[in-house]
Amino acid sequence: MAESKPITKNVDWVVLLIYIACLFIGWINIYAAVYNPETQTSMFDLSNNAGKQLMWIGTAALLIICILVIDYKFYETFSFIIYAIIIFLLVVVLFAGSNINGSRSWIKIGAFSLQPAEFSKFAISLAIAKYLSDPAISLSRRIKDYYPILGIIGLPALLILLSNETGSMLVFASFAIVLYREGMPGIIPAIGIVLAALLILTLLFAKWYIVGVITLIALGVIWMMPTLSRRNGGLMATLLVGGLMIGFVFGVDFFMNNVLQKHQRGRIMVLLDPDSDPRGDGWNVIQSKIAIGSGGLQGKGFLEGTQTKFDFVPEQSTDFIFCTVGEEHGFIGTLIVVSLFVALICRLVVLAERQRSRFARVYGYCVAGIIFFHFMINVGMTIGLMPVIGIPLPFFSYGGSSLWSFSILLFVFLKIDAQRPFTLSRG
Amino acid sequence: MLENRRFVIIGFFALVGILYLLRLFYLQVLDESYSIESSSNSIKRVIEIPFRGQIYDRNGKLIVYNTPVYDLVVTPYKAKVSDTLRFCQVLGLERSEFDSLMNAASAYSRRKPSLFLRQLSKEDFASIQDIMVDYSGFAFVKSSLRTYTTPTLANTLGYVSEITGRQLEKQEVKYYRQGDYIGQNGIEKVYEKELRGRRGIKFVMQNVSGVYKGPWKGGILDTMAVAGDNLHTGLDLDLQQYADSLMVNKVGSVVAIEPKTGQILTMVSAPSYDPNLLASRYFSKNFAALARNPYKPLFNRAVMASYRPGSTFKLIQALVGLQEGVITPSSGFSHAGSPIKCHNHPFTGTVAMGVAHSCNPYFYNVFRRIVYNNDIKNTYKASAVGLDRWYGYVSKFGIGQRLGVDITGEYRGNLPNKDYYDKIIGEGRWKFSNIYSLSIGEGELLITPIKMANVAAIIANRGYFYTPHVVASVGDNHTIDTTFTIRRETGIAARHFEPVIQGMIGAVESGTARRSRVEGITIGGKTGTSQNRVGDDHSIFIAFAPVDDPKIAIAVFVENAGSGGAAAAPIANLVIEKYLRGTITNKALETSMLNANFIKKVILPGVKKPVAKKPVATDSLKKQTP
Repeated sequence: MAESKPITKNVDWVVLLIYIACLFIGWINIYAAVYNPETQTSMFDLSNNAGKQLMWIGTAALLIICILVIDYKFYETFSFIIYAIIIFLLVVVLFAGSNINGSRSWIKIGAFSLQPAEFSKFAISLAIAKYLSDPAISLSRRIKDYYPILGIIGLPALLILLSNETGSMLVFASFAIVLYREGMPGIIPAIGIVLAALLILTLLFAKWYIVGVITLIALGVIWMMPTLSRRNGGLMATLLVGGLMIGFVFGVDFFMNNVLQKHQRGRIMVLLDPDSDPRGDGWNVIQSKIAIGSGGLQGKGFLEGTQTKFDFVPEQSTDFIFCTVGEEHGFIGTLIVVSLFVALICRLVVLAERQRSRFARVYGYCVAGIIFFHFMINVGMTIGLMPVIGIPLPFFSYGGSSLWSFSILLFVFLKIDAQRPFTLSRG
Repeated sequence: MLENRRFVIIGFFALVGILYLLRLFYLQVLDESYSIESSSNSIKRVIEIPFRGQIYDRNGKLIVYNTPVYDLVVTPYKAKVSDTLRFCQVLGLERSEFDSLMNAASAYSRRKPSLFLRQLSKEDFASIQDIMVDYSGFAFVKSSLRTYTTPTLANTLGYVSEITGRQLEKQEVKYYRQGDYIGQNGIEKVYEKELRGRRGIKFVMQNVSGVYKGPWKGGILDTMAVAGDNLHTGLDLDLQQYADSLMVNKVGSVVAIEPKTGQILTMVSAPSYDPNLLASRYFSKNFAALARNPYKPLFNRAVMASYRPGSTFKLIQALVGLQEGVITPSSGFSHAGSPIKCHNHPFTGTVAMGVAHSCNPYFYNVFRRIVYNNDIKNTYKASAVGLDRWYGYVSKFGIGQRLGVDITGEYRGNLPNKDYYDKIIGEGRWKFSNIYSLSIGEGELLITPIKMANVAAIIANRGYFYTPHVVASVGDNHTIDTTFTIRRETGIAARHFEPVIQGMIGAVESGTARRSRVEGITIGGKTGTSQNRVGDDHSIFIAFAPVDDPKIAIAVFVENAGSGGAAAAPIANLVIEKYLRGTITNKALETSMLNANFIKKVILPGVKKPVAKKPVATDSLKKQTP
């Protein structure tokens, strides 16, 4: 009965349309980024990145058809096997990989290169979803239930770190979102956010100011506290939290000045003040901001962008593709792109929430979290709100590995979602 | 209730999205510091300097033009000089020079072209062009060099040089930038706006290494450079060069004007310099040498040097006297009663004879009558009123005024009036007896050569003149500045000129300038001998010819050359003959003038004086002036 139906039946059309829009906008911006007015080549010319990207898009379409044809149960059943294959590839690449830009993480097939690290996100997502699909696992109560998750994420993270591809590894932080949804206590992300805020403040201001402010707040809290809770250990708890925060501030200060190398410190300081080293570490951030800022409201027009085209912005067709959007299409262009991403991610959360199986929901959240994290880091880096970490903008950046991996990631979820009417609720 | 956590998660996603949009709105729309103009380093404004206008003489001969020259530029990272020795030989460089030029270029930028050698001539370019093909990284950039066909017009034309810091600051409209060239003197300065044309601005794209990547937006924002207008002057280049040759080894000036139009035919300031010296790449060195030269070649004597007019001023006295009615053409004065002495000559029974023989007592009496031509009994008050009345006439001749010549640095000169003497002597404390030396063009009078040439033109025109000017018309449309086409009247009736002109003819035919008369051309002239504190008298002569249909009016000043008939008159008459006839009949006179050397008589400040300082009173002169 199901054989006669089109494979796109029940596929969420909102996500599909956003996906197609992102691919198209990304592709024309890749063409604009590498466009050279002196030696003009066509958008379809395989000698430039735009032509190659079109080929990647075509192969991605074939992949998607395969994904939609394969039975949805395949992914859940073979989760750990897929995970094992990716781990194997990550090990292989460590010994047999080709060296591109200082990282041994590529497998070369003819003129094209693939990066197994890109696919590790997919594998980890499947493995986590599979693990959490066991209803006995509770993230809100038993700490030992976390260990397998740490293992699932930690093993590929270690392998990627060894192959010198730190950017991809940082994306694994995005799994915190799905863990939070599945019951991780809210205090953990709260602590993470407080520590991140303290870190930035410590880098920006002298440590004694921060210590002073923390002390004042602690005293304020104690003063406002009802006498009863003050007796019930509230006083001690406040002093402990304040003390830990002050300790963290000193730790960061010591770490920055005594542990980090000069160039590492530079990378971090540039995030806070790009003008501190405009020709060195700050170059990328400043040029990227100039490119986006010079676009104005309406942009300079298609193929009229000059900052990106003439190499002022580095990696203009991959990691800094968002600069081309900003320069040539202005705020209107960036508004559309940011809106597309927020809409896509929110739609994925809605889809995940309507799943009947925990496996599907967890996997859906993984997809949303990964895409969100890439978007946040990549766009944030081009507008100077995030450190320069070389990770691609999903569906936009040039590159076969990232396009394939995001397409697989997304469409496996769409396939599972499409089969939702036929699955039984398992909690 | 873990399901509710989705709201926290969606809220977090939306918050990041909104935060990023706010940041983007700030960067792209609100913050101007990232706009194209202020920070775009990929788009560069390139200024295109147009060709400066050329300057022609009245016969269409080129005086000033632009020579294409070639600057050799080097792009260090491309430069490959395999055979440095041969390379240096070709360019005429020392090995050390080559190294320092290359190092300087590399220090500036390895990827952008730097100037290697400036202003290579077309000939040099042709000879090394083929050889340079062997050396990659070097390129020629076409540029232009202001070039002058004659070395005789330096001060009139001025020069073009890099704009000075003060000029940069003073400009009202910010047009020039550091390093721009600007006309600095003479015609080049006065007609700067016409000559410079309009600068073109091109927006070009460059990549991160500064390499040219084509026009921005296809060039729609670019403006084309418009070449400067050509100037068509009234100068006669041949005559100019001839007059200049006569002024070799003399200090002074020759100014000739076409009376009918006021166009300046010739303007010699001697000694002069070759203006090409100041156009070349050795500007500063050459300028310093010229500025130190004791004969002041940078000083444009034609419009800046002040002399006493001497006896040439008697022409104006006669004209004012006739117009005032204090004398008639047949008035005669003897030498009796005059404090100014005279030499032996027949009794000057008419104005014409007074002029021809330059009789000092005659003009003493004329001036006396002019000053006292009122009913006031008090001689002090009468003198004051009379002097101002006289001043009114004389100033109309341009004496003591700026004529408005289209050359920089025109000097006003001095024409004393009541206020002037009230200031230096005291109000009511002076009368005619204090100022009578004005009658013969001495005393406090100061004129410039161009003013006296203009006086000659006024007499030639019988009473009016056009402001003397160098540039007859501007551009291909031959636009004429209207201030030069206004006929300026002196207020002296035309009939009063005839007796004076008769006297001027007499002066040349049989009077003070008879030695230099030209057979077959009726010249009206007047000699002058200008006294000065140091050295011999200055020789002055003004003239116009032919008398019946004047084509040329001229003034010649030769410093320390003695009487007007000795040097100035022969030079003037040779120039007149050259202009009217094309050839010189009196070869002996020409040769003697070409060879005459009066420069050795010029006393330079700081140099030991060969002649004792002569005591000369400022207001009364006992010396006889022919």
